[in-house]
Amino acid sequence: MPQVKGEVKVIFAPSKKIKGITFGLLSPDAIRKMSVGSIITPDTYEEDGTPIDTGPMSLRLGTIDPTQKCKTCGNRVGQCPGHFGHIELAKPVVHVGFVKVIHQLLDATCQKCGRLLIAEEEIAKMRQMMKERPRLWSILKPKVVPKVVKKAMKTMECPHCGEEQSKVKLERPTTFYEKTKTGERRITPDVIRARLEKIPDEDYEVMGFNPKLSRPEWMVLTVLPVPPVTVRPSITLETGLRSEDDLTHKVVDIIRINERLKEQIDMGAPMAIIEELWDLLQYHVTTYFDNEVSGVPPARHRSGRVLRTLAQRLKGKEGRFRSSLSGKRVDFSARTVISPDPNLSINEVGVPVDVAKTLTVPEKVTPWNIDELRELVIRGPYEHPGANYIVRPDGRRIDLRYVKDRKVVADVLAPGYIVERHVRDGDVALFNRQPSLHRMSIMAHKVRVLPYKTFRLNLCVCPPYNADFDGDEMNLHVPQSEEARAEALTLMLVEQQILSPRYGGPIIGGTQDYILGAYLLSHKTTTLEREEVERLLFMCGKTDIPRPVILKPKELWTGKQVISALLPQGLNYTLKASSCRKCRECTKSECPHDAYVVVSNGELVAGLIDKKSIGAGEPESLFHRIVKDFGIAAGSWFLDNALKLFLNYAFMHGFSMSIDDKRLPEEAIKEIEDALKKAEDKVSRLIEKYKRRELEQLPVKTLEETLETMIHEVLSNARDEVGKIAAKYLKPTSRALIMARSGSRGSILNLTQMAAAVGQQTVRGERILRGYFERALPHFKKGDLGAIARGFVYSSFKKGLSPLEFFFHAMGGREGLVDTAVRTSQSGYMQRRLINALQDLHVEYDGTVRTADDKVVQLKYGEDGVDPSKSDHGKAVNIAKTIEKVLGVAALE
Amino acid sequence: MKKFTILDHELVPKHVLLTKEEKRELLERLAIRPDQLPWIRASDPVAKLIGAKPGDIVKIIRKSPTAGESIAYRFVVP
Ligand SMILES: [Mg+2]
Ligand SMILES: [Zn+2]
Ligand SMILES: [Zn+2]
Ligand SMILES: [Zn+2]
Repeated sequence: MPQVKGEVKVIFAPSKKIKGITFGLLSPDAIRKMSVGSIITPDTYEEDGTPIDTGPMSLRLGTIDPTQKCKTCGNRVGQCPGHFGHIELAKPVVHVGFVKVIHQLLDATCQKCGRLLIAEEEIAKMRQMMKERPRLWSILKPKVVPKVVKKAMKTMECPHCGEEQSKVKLERPTTFYEKTKTGERRITPDVIRARLEKIPDEDYEVMGFNPKLSRPEWMVLTVLPVPPVTVRPSITLETGLRSEDDLTHKVVDIIRINERLKEQIDMGAPMAIIEELWDLLQYHVTTYFDNEVSGVPPARHRSGRVLRTLAQRLKGKEGRFRSSLSGKRVDFSARTVISPDPNLSINEVGVPVDVAKTLTVPEKVTPWNIDELRELVIRGPYEHPGANYIVRPDGRRIDLRYVKDRKVVADVLAPGYIVERHVRDGDVALFNRQPSLHRMSIMAHKVRVLPYKTFRLNLCVCPPYNADFDGDEMNLHVPQSEEARAEALTLMLVEQQILSPRYGGPIIGGTQDYILGAYLLSHKTTTLEREEVERLLFMCGKTDIPRPVILKPKELWTGKQVISALLPQGLNYTLKASSCRKCRECTKSECPHDAYVVVSNGELVAGLIDKKSIGAGEPESLFHRIVKDFGIAAGSWFLDNALKLFLNYAFMHGFSMSIDDKRLPEEAIKEIEDALKKAEDKVSRLIEKYKRRELEQLPVKTLEETLETMIHEVLSNARDEVGKIAAKYLKPTSRALIMARSGSRGSILNLTQMAAAVGQQTVRGERILRGYFERALPHFKKGDLGAIARGFVYSSFKKGLSPLEFFFHAMGGREGLVDTAVRTSQSGYMQRRLINALQDLHVEYDGTVRTADDKVVQLKYGEDGVDPSKSDHGKAVNIAKTIEKVLGVAALE
Repeated sequence: MKKFTILDHELVPKHVLLTKEEKRELLERLAIRPDQLPWIRASDPVAKLIGAKPGDIVKIIRKSPTAGESIAYRFVVP
């Protein structure tokens, strides 16, 4: 109905809504009906290169040649949709896709009368339900039908005509046998077809089929559709030779054998010859549908390459579904190597000039931007803030690369034109790193066009992308519409993603050097001179310098003062730092290790700022508090400025690690040796005891297992003890120790392995025993249960491993590598399946979780209705922190 | 000898059959057909014990690690 709205005539086209899709089988008649003609010639082209009219490349099936017109519809390449042909098969063949169904149908129905092998009354009962209560039937169907079919298959005498039945055997892929008293007899496809024809519609329905959409005999093919040439185009090679599509090859094979078979039948050839050709036809039709059927040698190209036929086009990663439908390729995207830039904001991404000159944003010309856009057009496609295309109001595109005088084009610019200008500073872009495992794998950034050839990003956004700079590449997409940009900016901007929906905590935050810098700056011995304080605070835009704590002989500031200047006013907070030594009784703010952070009204009173305070992925951290209580803006300011300051303090301070960081004094080495000796003695005493059968057996364990557990315990205790000794004797200035304590890199375990002893190596959680009979290596006695023989490494990495220890360590190390490889592939597959299953779940306005068709999954999201990213580590409220916030820190002291 | 029922087991949450009125109210509140609820078999051991018949709706009150107590409904199917 045309409606007039002002000047514009709006026409509402009649529209129909798709209610559903049904799938069925093509009947032979349907195949003939949709066909434009029978294809009978097993050759593609004449000598002169014109397609043979009755061949598989017939012009009646559509055209792929731009110089030719389709003989059916008269259209040319883009217009002609392609048309089906057909092949009349000389003898019927079984469709591989349906052999299982055919087998069931043959077994469940009478060989003589074709009825379902179920008593008449029972069939009638089910048919009645079908008719009178179709809703109930549709619910019961999936449960009842298999039961009925199973029962029918077991019945060996027809309840309708009394005929005795014989079992039908399916020999994969496509041969059927009948087990009779005299032996096995093959049933040929024409017999199968005849039997299936006899099944009445009524019984067929009871078996769960819809006779309107599929008759069982259609599963045995008598006519084969030949797909249009448009789905199997031939390729002309550079040499001028034509190369046909794999499907065309297969169709040619089928026609060739079919024609030979026809000839032989007409000539009245002996049955043996006919059967041989018939089997060959079955083979070609089978591989035409699926070239990976087990038990069938795959059809090959002359070169020996396996043909890609129908099923292969759809299946798997490279198939139509995963590759063409779920995985689409896009324009306005770029990919390159990434590198770090701590001077960018977390919301920014550095884009190389070369990329910026290729990616464009369409901008509508208005009276307000026309002058600016003219300038861009004049600058053209080769200079950075320029433009690549102009779209005229009539939709015609002008490529500025081929415009001689861009000034002229710029002059005709007027409102209504669209200029596709280069991406420039401030534009929105989506940035992504694979594997895209969670929401934060694609985030919106604001573009900063920069020299060189890599994308650059702030280091704080590495954790959500799981990115590092050892050659990682990332993708960039430029939204093209106002809506897309608005959506990206409000929902996907990096700062919107600081709090992870995975758990209540910030996923974006400090790592490595940031944490180290903060630790060093907050250390109680750190003092700074005026110049240093000014340099640090000015880079955060802070211009008021606090009063120095020491005035004479020189003005000096503490590091904590500098950090306090960065914290928001009104912040009250306490936490145990990463460097906490887990003292038996925590003295809180009196902690001798300064490991208890106290922030009172935005003032860092005590404590070392380390991983627990500013680290990425640390819930209930100082940074988490700032984001939750002072908002996203404060959080993103903190990341952009405070963390940059920490990093720069690390630069100012300087930090390098050497082998000396792991050097232990003589007495420490002695002590470690003693501890290990003691453990070794304990182990040998255990073994003695075991041999004398005096060992007390642990519950649910054999004696051997008991021994293993006890030895394991002794040795792992030994390593812990050794670790403690090492930590005790390591110089407090040891850089490695500082890194481990602050949580910036490495752990105490790494340290003890380097300085003291590497410890027990395991494979599958057990001490190593594999390789030789009753021993791991031929260097040991059979049945040696001692520590060394079973993979305990006494040496430290610093000292170096003995050849045997090295070998054991390699065994343990390899298991780790194999594990991660297996785990990633397994969890990747699981993730795919979970996403497929859960992708349409949504929270309705009434708070319920529903599927796409509005089925209820949960009455309240997560049963409590809490958004995990707004929660406190999963909990809706954090009472302790709330009290602390209200009463101030002093109340807790 | 005391007879054992699975309803006494601590891992079996409380199942309650809804009355006709409660059923109507629930379906109206959620604006759904009964089959849009998750299903439970009439042959389910608990459903059998509380006498649930196909077409009924069962209310399940269970302990939840996130919410303390949570409520779910099941539509009884044959
Ligand atoms: Mg990497
Ligand atoms: Zn055509
Ligand atoms: Zn019969
Ligand atoms: Zn402490």
